[in-house]
Amino acid sequence: MRNSSLFFLYLSTGVFFLGLLLMHASFSAKAQQESLGEKSALVKALKLTDLCLFTEARYTRHLSQADLNTAFQDHPLSLEHFPSGSFTQPPERIIDRP
Amino acid sequence: MRNWIEKQRYIIDFTISSLLRRKVKNFGLLALYTLIVFILASTMFFTYAIKKEASLILKGAPEIVVQKIVAGRHDLFPVSYIETIKNIRGVASVESRLWGYYYDSLVSANYTLLTPPSSDAAKPSAKTTVVESESGGKPAKPLYELNGAVLEPGTLIIGNGIARLRNIGKDDYMPFRAFDGKVMNFRIAGVLSSQSELVSSDLMLITGEDFRKLFGIDQSHVTDLTVAVNNPSEVEMVASKIKKHLPDARPIIRDEILRTYDSIFNWRGGMMIVIFSAAVLAFVIFAWDKASGLSAGERREIGILKAVGWETSDVIQMKFWEGAVVSLTAFFSGVILAYVHVFFTGSIVFEPALKGWSSLYPNFELTPFVNLEQLTTLFFLTVVPYTVATIVPIWRAATIDPDSAMRFTGE
Repeated sequence: MRNSSLFFLYLSTGVFFLGLLLMHASFSAKAQQESLGEKSALVKALKLTDLCLFTEARYTRHLSQADLNTAFQDHPLSLEHFPSGSFTQPPERIIDRP
Repeated sequence: MRNWIEKQRYIIDFTISSLLRRKVKNFGLLALYTLIVFILASTMFFTYAIKKEASLILKGAPEIVVQKIVAGRHDLFPVSYIETIKNIRGVASVESRLWGYYYDSLVSANYTLLTPPSSDAAKPSAKTTVVESESGGKPAKPLYELNGAVLEPGTLIIGNGIARLRNIGKDDYMPFRAFDGKVMNFRIAGVLSSQSELVSSDLMLITGEDFRKLFGIDQSHVTDLTVAVNNPSEVEMVASKIKKHLPDARPIIRDEILRTYDSIFNWRGGMMIVIFSAAVLAFVIFAWDKASGLSAGERREIGILKAVGWETSDVIQMKFWEGAVVSLTAFFSGVILAYVHVFFTGSIVFEPALKGWSSLYPNFELTPFVNLEQLTTLFFLTVVPYTVATIVPIWRAATIDPDSAMRFTGE
C-alpha cells in the first residue's frame, strides 16, 4: 500500500475515533443525568456548598467558605503548604487588586 | 483536479519516505509532540468537565451563607443574630447549619460532620426560622431519613469514602473522642451512595443533639446560617444589608460559590500554569528548531530535488505535508489518549497531584463534557503553529540556487 494511502487511512481512523468519542461524550452526559441529579439533590437537601475534592485541610475542603486570610490559616507566616493549594487560585477580588 | 490530487499523493508518498529515512529523530519528535497534545488535552478535558459538573451540582447551594467572623476567622454564629436577619426585607427564610470537622488519627483523615436540615425546613415559608434545637427528649418521628437510612440520636449516616477507608458499613460502630475526652460510640445507620462521592465522600450526617455533645457547642450557637431570598435579583442587596446590620458577619452568596469553582483549575494559575508553560516551552523549542534553519542534509535534499526538476512550490508543498503528517498524527493520538485518560482511567496521571496529602479522596467518574469548540481550540493551539513553523524557513531554503545547496556539505 502507498504511504499516502496509509496516511489517509490513519487520518480517517483518527476522525472516526474522534467522532466516536464525541458520541460517547454526548451519550454519557445523557446517561449520567440521573447521577448528576442525585448529587444536585443531595446538595440542595443538605445545603452543601462545596465539592469534596481536597480533604487535606479545612480551607481546601470548603474552598468557598474559607477565611479571607487563607494563606495564613494557622498562624502568621504559615504559608500555604498543601499540594492542593497549587491547583486553586486566590479569590478574584485579590487577583484583581491593583 | 484528479491530476492535482495525484500530484499531492506523490508528494505525500515522498514526504513519508523522507521522514522514515530519519526514523529516530522523527519518531522522537512525534512522541514528544503527542505527549504535549496529550497533556494539553487532558488538562482541558479535566478542567472543563469538573467546572461544568460543579456548576450543575452547586446550582442548588444555599443562596446566602452567613458566617460570623472574629479576628478575621470563622467563628460560631450566635442564634440571637437570627432575628436581625429575619427582619431584613426580602428575606424568605433563615436556617441554621451545624457542621464541622473531625480528625481521625487512626487513618489520618478529616471528616466533615454535618447536621441535616430538619424535615420542615424543606418547605420554607415566609420568615421561617429553623434552628437546631433538640432539647434532649427523644423525638416522636425520625429527625432525618435518607434513602431509607433513618438518622436518630446515636447514629450516623456516612459517605462512601469513609466507608471504604475504614472498611465499615451499615450497623457497624464508630468511636469518637468528644471535646471533653469522653468516647462516644455511634452506630452507622446508612452509607451515602457511591454516585454522590464528589460531594459526599467525607460527609458524616449526625443529629444536632449528638453534634453539640461531641463538640461541646451550646444551644445559643450554630456554625452558620443559610438565608433564602424571595426575589433572586435581590440576593446581593440582602447580603449587603446583612453586612450593614451585622458588621461582624460575612455573607457568602451562591454566585461567589459558583465563581470559586469556575476559577478553580483556571489555566492562569497554580499548577496549570506550570503544565502550560512546559508545553508552550516545548513548542517554542520545536518552532525555534524549525525556524532557525534546516540541517545540511535537508538543504542538500532540497538542492537535489530542485536539480531534478522540482519547483519551489513543490518543495514548499512537500514541507507543508511533512508538518501536517507529524502534527495531525500527534493531534489524533494525543487527543484520543487524553480522552481515555480523563474519562476512562479517572485521570490516573493527575491523581497523585490531585490527592495531595489527603488520605480520604473521592472516587468519582467525571461526566464527559466535550464539545467541538474544545477540539477546535486544541487543533489551533497545536497543529497550526507547528505546520506554519515548518513552512516559513523552507520558503528561504527553497528559493536558493540548487547548485549552492548541494555544495554545502557541513553535515
